[in-house]
Amino acid sequence: MWNDWQTDSYEGQTSELVKIKGYQDDEINAYVARPNGTGPYPGVVLLHHMPGWDEFCRETARRFADHGYIVICPNLYERFGHGTPVDVAAKARGEGGVSDESVVADAKASLDYLKGLSNCTGKVAVLGHCSGGRHSYLAACRVTGFSAIIDYWGGNVIMPSDRITEKQPVSPIEYTKDLSCPILGIFGNDDQNPPPDQVDQHEEELKKHGKSYEFHRYEGAGHGFWYYDRPAYRQEQTMDSWGKTFEFLSKHLS
Amino acid sequence: MCTMIVENVTIDGSGKGSKGWFNLKKANVSFDHPFNAQFDHSLNIDFVNDDLGIEHRVAVELSRDSAQKLIEAISTALARGDEQLGPT
Repeated sequence: MWNDWQTDSYEGQTSELVKIKGYQDDEINAYVARPNGTGPYPGVVLLHHMPGWDEFCRETARRFADHGYIVICPNLYERFGHGTPVDVAAKARGEGGVSDESVVADAKASLDYLKGLSNCTGKVAVLGHCSGGRHSYLAACRVTGFSAIIDYWGGNVIMPSDRITEKQPVSPIEYTKDLSCPILGIFGNDDQNPPPDQVDQHEEELKKHGKSYEFHRYEGAGHGFWYYDRPAYRQEQTMDSWGKTFEFLSKHLS
Repeated sequence: MCTMIVENVTIDGSGKGSKGWFNLKKANVSFDHPFNAQFDHSLNIDFVNDDLGIEHRVAVELSRDSAQKLIEAISTALARGDEQLGPT
């Protein structure tokens, strides 16, 4: 929780780039932030959003590490080349985004990395914002081994047939029956993607399949309300949902 | 909102990026999150040349209204050019 530590307790963390073998055995970069200590610590796979493997994601990773999680954030756009995060994300955007198949494999490789660490408990959540929320849902449905998933306003979890593409061949909602862990959903009621009625449909699907879920919908917030560099930022809703995040992770990764 | 709406068009011309002028080969036109403009979503055009590298990009991020005005301005300018010079 916010400001919930003892002033005389040891504090330290390390963050760095590592290499992992991802989709099709490609070597990709991943940003890892971890508490300094023997742990054992639970893990988080953070899947970056559509604007890329950017500063927001790195700061978010470090914040989770501050709170006792080992975080890995793989560069899902590795195959588009290297440059500034924005130039790389623009390249990915111009090519219709990254394929679901590639993301799921990179998420699995990230999970395996964390599970292989001697100071990780082996309890790992997958989470992400925007397209990262959608990708997290896909990973939690298609990869076994995650203990929790958090979807922050993931759009296109429900895709009509005319939005299906070669890279996004299946509407993620179709995989709900295979969801293997509890889900926390954080949404803004002013969001256009996902709009509130799609969040309701998603909830109904989870109920239908008897899944453990917790959805929170915020008034006065739209898409991306954690983004402090954007006008979408909403302070009160952000802080409340950070609290919900840590409660959920504490419950399911302990 | 991550619409993943993108249209790609082959183009010919020049653009001035962070490293000076370069030959343009493609325009990626998307309606999705901007990286800089303060909108939830915008009409984005990336003028690129993939042969030269990822940093060779001229980018604009426009409101929907601005994009519509730009379409009209381009159409008008082309029509006036055709009128004065004949189609080239």
